[in-house]
Amino acid sequence: MISDSSMPYSAPTLEPGEDDDQLLRVSLGPQHPSTHGVFRMNVVLDGETVVSLKSVFGYLHRNHEKLAENMTYLSSMPYTDRLDYICPLTNNWALAHAVEKLAGIEVPERAEFIRVITAELTRLINHTAFMGFILGDMGAWGSALMYAFREREKILDLFEDLTGARMMSNFMRYGGCRNDLPAGWADRCSIVVNDYGPFLDELEKFLVGNEILLARTQDVGQLPQKTLINGGITGPMLRAAGVNYDIRKVEPYGIYDRFDFRIPLGAKGDCYDRIMIRFLEMRESLKILRQALDQLPAGDYIHPKAKIRNFKPPVGEAYARIEGPKGELGFHLISDGTVNPFRYRIRPPSFINLTLLEDMCLGLDLADVVIILGSVDIVLGEVDR
Amino acid sequence: MSLEIEPIVARLREALPTAGISLRKNPGPSGQHSLLIDSASLIDVCRTLRDTPGLEFDFLSNVTGVDWPVAAKADTIAIPEGEGTAPTGGMLEVVYHLYSTTLRTGPLVLRARTVDREKQVQIPSVVSVFRSAELQEREIFDLYGVIFTGHPDLRRILMWDEFVDHPMRKDYVAPDDYEYEPTPHEAVLEKAKKHYGERQKI
Amino acid sequence: MSAEKTIDRLPAVPKPGRWIMPGLGLIQGLVISGKNAIQSYYKKDRMTTIQYPEQRAVISPNFRNFPFLCYDDDAATGLRCTACSICENECPPQCIYIVLDRDENGKSLKRPKVFDIDISVCMNCGICAEVCPFDSIYMDGEYEMSTDDRFGGLMLGLDRLAKSAEYHMKLRPEEASAVMAKRKAEEEKKAAAAAAKAAKAKADLEAKAKAAAEAKAAEEAQAATEEKGESA
Repeated sequence: MISDSSMPYSAPTLEPGEDDDQLLRVSLGPQHPSTHGVFRMNVVLDGETVVSLKSVFGYLHRNHEKLAENMTYLSSMPYTDRLDYICPLTNNWALAHAVEKLAGIEVPERAEFIRVITAELTRLINHTAFMGFILGDMGAWGSALMYAFREREKILDLFEDLTGARMMSNFMRYGGCRNDLPAGWADRCSIVVNDYGPFLDELEKFLVGNEILLARTQDVGQLPQKTLINGGITGPMLRAAGVNYDIRKVEPYGIYDRFDFRIPLGAKGDCYDRIMIRFLEMRESLKILRQALDQLPAGDYIHPKAKIRNFKPPVGEAYARIEGPKGELGFHLISDGTVNPFRYRIRPPSFINLTLLEDMCLGLDLADVVIILGSVDIVLGEVDR
Repeated sequence: MSLEIEPIVARLREALPTAGISLRKNPGPSGQHSLLIDSASLIDVCRTLRDTPGLEFDFLSNVTGVDWPVAAKADTIAIPEGEGTAPTGGMLEVVYHLYSTTLRTGPLVLRARTVDREKQVQIPSVVSVFRSAELQEREIFDLYGVIFTGHPDLRRILMWDEFVDHPMRKDYVAPDDYEYEPTPHEAVLEKAKKHYGERQKI
Repeated sequence: MSAEKTIDRLPAVPKPGRWIMPGLGLIQGLVISGKNAIQSYYKKDRMTTIQYPEQRAVISPNFRNFPFLCYDDDAATGLRCTACSICENECPPQCIYIVLDRDENGKSLKRPKVFDIDISVCMNCGICAEVCPFDSIYMDGEYEMSTDDRFGGLMLGLDRLAKSAEYHMKLRPEEASAVMAKRKAEEEKKAAAAAAKAAKAKADLEAKAKAAAEAKAAEEAQAATEEKGESA
């Protein structure tokens, strides 16, 4: 609680208290390898038990929102690639979706299919990379991460063929996509999709029976469903606790209502469930991908009347969200009828998923903090924007 | 999925007869109309929205700050039904997007406004109702300078503690302490030179 | 779709301490990593690295790195760029700098005098190529650009940016041939329009001459009749 509203700036977080000589203060990060980037936690320990944990953000802050408010709608598209750089194509889609809502633009059917295919491939690479990272957090550096990155590279090759870059895709446009699928791309994608199932089986077998993984993740970091919803937690974190809330089903954007897929739900919401839920989501993604590749129609990849240069949406505001691999990714845009957005706000899932980090860690060991943070699945490009 | 907003307003007025709630129309194609809530009744409105059966807006997805150097402009985005109430001068606005996870409705857009941009920039914090506002309100405080009264830990979050301005405000002037780099942009060079003077090229 | 149909609950997993044989999972993992290690010597899709720079990866035709400027016949005169500054304005990191070339009277020559791209700032997004209405700027596939000269080596001027249309054709045959066809059609259209204009002018001229001749003839006839009348 701030004592005096005229003094809005904070005191240093690591000020020693009066009667806590027994407590150990550890500054975890920002250069700690387990923090997935430049994230810092000021942890207070009683012996090995966490009694307080304060997150420190902002090491990667570049105020993308301010930049975007001073440039055209088109120019801010490549910057969304750099938010969550593991999954640029879903970020592209979220912005395109919001602008389309703001300006009332229609998207051709083929473009919707291309978007679904790229978004689900992105979900695959995000969750696969997550498996590697979380195993790294548990001390298993190497094998799992290398297997994950080996398979991820096959999808990145597909992205390079399609968008011109492995990670910085800059692919979606307001009213469609930048270019059509290259010749033979869909067939190559089918091969990758068909090979992915066996790889997932292998990876699951590699991890799931592992006693160390079970011991370190089960019953760690649980919170009640009500708290998670109230805390704004979204994505696999929320569903691992058994809350049936996936925007692809709740508010089907694009053409997600045409596909047959299920929403996996966890039972307890501990770190183990958070790992397993991602395996199940990947299998559902493969299901969507197979259907989308089968039904891929011919047609335009961008609306013929879509404006690339000098695009001015009508006056108004819109909030649109998609189910990103890490959770609900939303964009809130206010247009005053000019070429620049008046307000451009990102609702970053990995930032808001950290709201309850302290609650999840209190009373556990310091070693568990690393796993809980890993199970949240954050990317600092998106947390600090 | 557009949300029917009139029944919600009616239920809110029934539950909170004294609360200042006014409906604002969105002129754009998105059709997301909003409710302008008086700062004094913001927390009551949020609690009612969360706890009333049939409304059950239990999930506060997004909290946005908006800077309006000319407050009247805000009424062109959120058009009032009768006379506009936007103050003269400037103001800061906070926009909330609520969803219901049980009824799967949303977004319900709430707005709260400060009196001006300098002194009276207080808005009650909704953290006691929605924990998800905790980091987002800190961010708005940091970048816009809205003071959320009752926030448990109102500190700067993205900028460092010693930073003095609020960078997302429209009249924020970027500093000129660039690294001296030969960019094609004379403007940047001039600014950097003013700060550092002529530097020897490496 | 009902809510229940979407549910896919996780299967129950053994709790620590209830395993049939502790260590079984670890052994299973070791078997898999052993398999992977052996396969990485002979299985093609598990051999993911190549021996750069002796070996080189195949670059996709869509791959984009830094922009270049396309010219048709001659680098000095054939540059397609008209220095319209659209790319300069749309460039997200603002790394393009253009100065329009003018003659001594200050009239625009429709070509750039200075065209700089700071590739240490460029984010390789390709928006400049996308917005260019004159088919002038394209993304290059060149990736070995590292240099120890930050100030000279990474600021590309016209001399390093200008590349021939043949280079573009070699880099991206599909895109380049489409552009060439479009430009050719446009040129033909222009030529046809010019020809039509010339023909029209010619026809106009002829018609005018004819009209003049007719008028003259009529005048002469009139004069003749008048003369006749006079003489009569």
